[in-house]
Amino acid sequence: MTSSATTSVPHDGTDAEARPVSAEERRILGLPASSWPGIIAPVVIGIIALTAWELTVRIKGIPHYILPGPILIVQTLWNDWATLSESLLITLRITFAALIAAIAVGVSLAIIFTQSKWLEKSLFPYAVILQVTPVVSIAPLIIIWVGDINLSLLICAWIVAFFPILSNTILGLNSADHNLINLFQLYRASRWQTLRYLRLPAALPYFLGGLKISGGLALIGAVVAEFVAGTGGSASGLAYRILESGYRLQIPRMFAALLLISLSGIAIFFLTSWIAHLALRHWHESAVRREN
Amino acid sequence: MTIAPVASATNARPLVSIRDVSKQFANGTIAIRGVDLDLREAEFVSLLGPSGCGKSTLLRIIAGLGAPSAGTVDWPTSAHDASGEAHPDLGFVFQDPTLMPWANALKNTMLPLTLAAVSKNEAEERAAEMLALVGLKGFEKSYPRELSGGMKMRVSIARALVTHPKILLMDEPFAALDEITRHKLNDDLLGLWWQNRFTAVFVTHSVFESVYLSQRIVVMAARPGRVMADLQNDAPYPRDALFRTSADYAHLCRAASETLKRAIAA
Ligand SMILES: Nc1ncnc2c1ncn2[C@@H]1O[C@H](COP(=O)(O)OP(=O)(O)OP(=O)(O)O)[C@@H](O)[C@H]1O
Ligand SMILES: [Mg+2]
Repeated sequence: MTSSATTSVPHDGTDAEARPVSAEERRILGLPASSWPGIIAPVVIGIIALTAWELTVRIKGIPHYILPGPILIVQTLWNDWATLSESLLITLRITFAALIAAIAVGVSLAIIFTQSKWLEKSLFPYAVILQVTPVVSIAPLIIIWVGDINLSLLICAWIVAFFPILSNTILGLNSADHNLINLFQLYRASRWQTLRYLRLPAALPYFLGGLKISGGLALIGAVVAEFVAGTGGSASGLAYRILESGYRLQIPRMFAALLLISLSGIAIFFLTSWIAHLALRHWHESAVRREN
Repeated sequence: MTIAPVASATNARPLVSIRDVSKQFANGTIAIRGVDLDLREAEFVSLLGPSGCGKSTLLRIIAGLGAPSAGTVDWPTSAHDASGEAHPDLGFVFQDPTLMPWANALKNTMLPLTLAAVSKNEAEERAAEMLALVGLKGFEKSYPRELSGGMKMRVSIARALVTHPKILLMDEPFAALDEITRHKLNDDLLGLWWQNRFTAVFVTHSVFESVYLSQRIVVMAARPGRVMADLQNDAPYPRDALFRTSADYAHLCRAASETLKRAIAA
């Protein structure tokens, strides 16, 4: 047919005339009522555990250089905030730099690998080797070779963080629907078009799954590498503070630094989950809210 | 109204000319052997046959997805590139809607235009127009998961037709739908075909569907897949619910059924 049809096929309605009317759920403080139990339950457990901890320490009179109570830890966090926040910033900077580098290298390598099976076959084993070698065991070498301590830490954290992004993105790029690939062939789509309109969107949920894992790993990598670098280095991230407090028997401060590391990990997890939710909420099973 | 073998001599140049096409897969399965078929402009043809007789294989070969092991598929009236390869205007509808879940109905429908580098405004306009034609006005912004099975199939048809192809290839497009929806989509498909005059090739294993829709029913048999009969269905268009309940329809269905039974027995 050459001329475009302007008249419509007669219809007596489509097979589903109306969109479902969604009854808005009751909200408390901006959150749907049904999500509150999931927030309240762990908070209650946390409060009970912390109270038990504090009481045990006080009743048994455990000295604070063995086990400080939660109140003392928070006090230390408050009093030492100037030093600790500086260390926190240093650790976070390394973590995020490593994560960004992991995304850049992981995604680029994944794209290159899916364009050339030959390259994938020859390079992927080395990515695996890098992944399975414990970072603690190569960190000293990296520190010696690279010289610059911050860059060494960054490289260590990157090594730990990049593999989940690489392998997940490869899986995602190869998981595009076979019929859709055929359709793209039918319309003579270029490699670039197939990548842009089909493979990359299909890989997005897999990539974001990898990102969630890598976010936590980047933090672990940064902390572990800093431990290896030890107090000899010029860096003064949170791991350095823990080591330092250990030598000086400032156990409350050690706990405060530990608390900051845990909180950072949790924050990174929520951040990556939130990004995944925003990116996928319209279409992916993992992120859409089902009515039933 | 009769159902009779198609007279072989037609002087019009066919849109597609399939000559002695065979397909053997790497594992040794011979999916089809020695298929000869001419598809003429603006006709509605059904490929009817039992499961495994090579209907999908033949359709994919016509579409250029997978070359035949032997034989040729010619497009005498279509554009060819420098290497002599034909670039027919075609649309393809899979058994599943095969939509991109991350794109809304409009974006899905636009896909062939986007790939052909049509400007965004024009593509959107044409896709919206096509969605309206398949009865989905107002659903442009809906994502596939928000659409029913029938509506997804409509998007798939809109996408196949948005380039105004000369030929629309459909592989059991409505097999997964309930009967009410299937009848509705059959009627709408006939309406689109009647107004736009593309060649329709419709794979089905339903005798009733093939008789209701088509002017020509190509009956295939399995092991190896081959063409057993080429039936002409002269019942006039427009066909509607009245036709579905007529004695003619029942008679035509019985004739086609018997041919199919003989094909299966052969
Ligand atoms: N990729 C493949 N590799 C090997 N054999 C195949 C392949 N695709 C199809 N076949 C075989 O070719 C034969 C024809 O398959 P085809 O899918 O064309 O049948 P069909 O008529 O479409 O069946 P159905 O109605 O069930 O869809 C079958 O025997 C099948 O097993
Ligand atoms: Mg099939």
